[in-house]
Amino acid sequence: MPTVSMTVNGENVSSEVEPRTLLVQYLRENLGLTGTHVGCDTSQCGACVVHVNGKSAKSCTMLAVQAEGSEVSTIEGLADGDTLHPMQEAFRENHGLQCGFCTPGMVMSAIDLVQTNSNPSEQDVREWLEGNLCRCTGYHNIVKSILAGAKTMQG
Amino acid sequence: MYDFKYQQANSQDEAVSAQSSAEDGSFLAGGMTLIPTLKQRLAQPSDLVDLSAINDLVGVSEEGDSVTIGSMTTHASVASSEIVNSKIPALAALAGNIGDPQVRNRGTIGGSIANNDPAADYPAGCVALNATIITNTRKISADDFFTGLFETALEDGELITAVTFPIPDRAAYAKFPNPASRYAIVGVMVAQTGGETRAAVTGASDSGVFRSTDIENALGDTLDASAAKAVSISSDGLNNDIHASSEYRAHLVSIMASRAATAAG
Repeated sequence: MPTVSMTVNGENVSSEVEPRTLLVQYLRENLGLTGTHVGCDTSQCGACVVHVNGKSAKSCTMLAVQAEGSEVSTIEGLADGDTLHPMQEAFRENHGLQCGFCTPGMVMSAIDLVQTNSNPSEQDVREWLEGNLCRCTGYHNIVKSILAGAKTMQG
Repeated sequence: MYDFKYQQANSQDEAVSAQSSAEDGSFLAGGMTLIPTLKQRLAQPSDLVDLSAINDLVGVSEEGDSVTIGSMTTHASVASSEIVNSKIPALAALAGNIGDPQVRNRGTIGGSIANNDPAADYPAGCVALNATIITNTRKISADDFFTGLFETALEDGELITAVTFPIPDRAAYAKFPNPASRYAIVGVMVAQTGGETRAAVTGASDSGVFRSTDIENALGDTLDASAAKAVSISSDGLNNDIHASSEYRAHLVSIMASRAATAAG
């Protein structure tokens, strides 16, 4: 089996994996980072969104071996101790979730949006969320959270 | 997913030789179609040859009257490229509306056209802009490259290295997307380059992208949007599925052509 090495949330990790192991399986099953969820498993829902070299990617549509040498960050890597990342805090403050299943992917996708477009409009946010599905909220408070989070992230 | 052997190639030569020597090797570009296909066990390659570490397949450059895009350049990079935005803004807009942000971050132009999905956006862009597909062995005009449903002129061991687009005088792409997948139910790219008007249609036909001479004749030199709208397209050979009937798609071809012509100005 090939060995794959990458950094996950700033830590170097290295493991033997079958080439067909998905990145999301590797994160959840090998590293125990279960904050990244598998929703649809067909690249549609975005519950599995992580960052690979700073860009959002669906970890159910990527092989672990494709992340060789990459910097991967997951929802677990955002908070600084007990202090939530501004985007996480914005989701909490604005009640941007109900069941919470889609939330890790929403937060990771939202942070990539703000890194790409530091002052997004409501329309920008709604269009960006094309690849993230929520079946509880109707998106209203998610959009509100992301706009609030974007403001805080700009500082 | 069935098991396979995986190799990351560090150069074009290494990639071609790894793919050619494998029993049933497949190049892996962004994987936005290939990985879901493997997950559904719809394909069973013996080997995947990952192209992502080959640096000379990535990037956008301008030379004379054309823009060249490396085959491993992502949709997000094309959409945000200064060169593409200033020289062929219609192509930047096309790339920026493919799928969703995560697909655009990993999906590549080379992967998209090698796959030739009948509802993909890039084939329409390549054909309308009269692009040339450059491989490790030859240059193929877009007209000759896309040969049918998921079929291209690529031969075994042939690797797309770049796509060259002549800079048009004006161009625009209008897409009627499926609301769930964002694939084109019908998409029409209209382009005028050096006095020639071209209109390429994706999403509509069961044999993939095609040029509509009826639309091109109606558009003429002035890109007459109302004349394009008045063209009656035959529904023969158009896709008929749960998303849209062939008659509806036929109607959409004229409408999208007219919208593209208006947007091209």
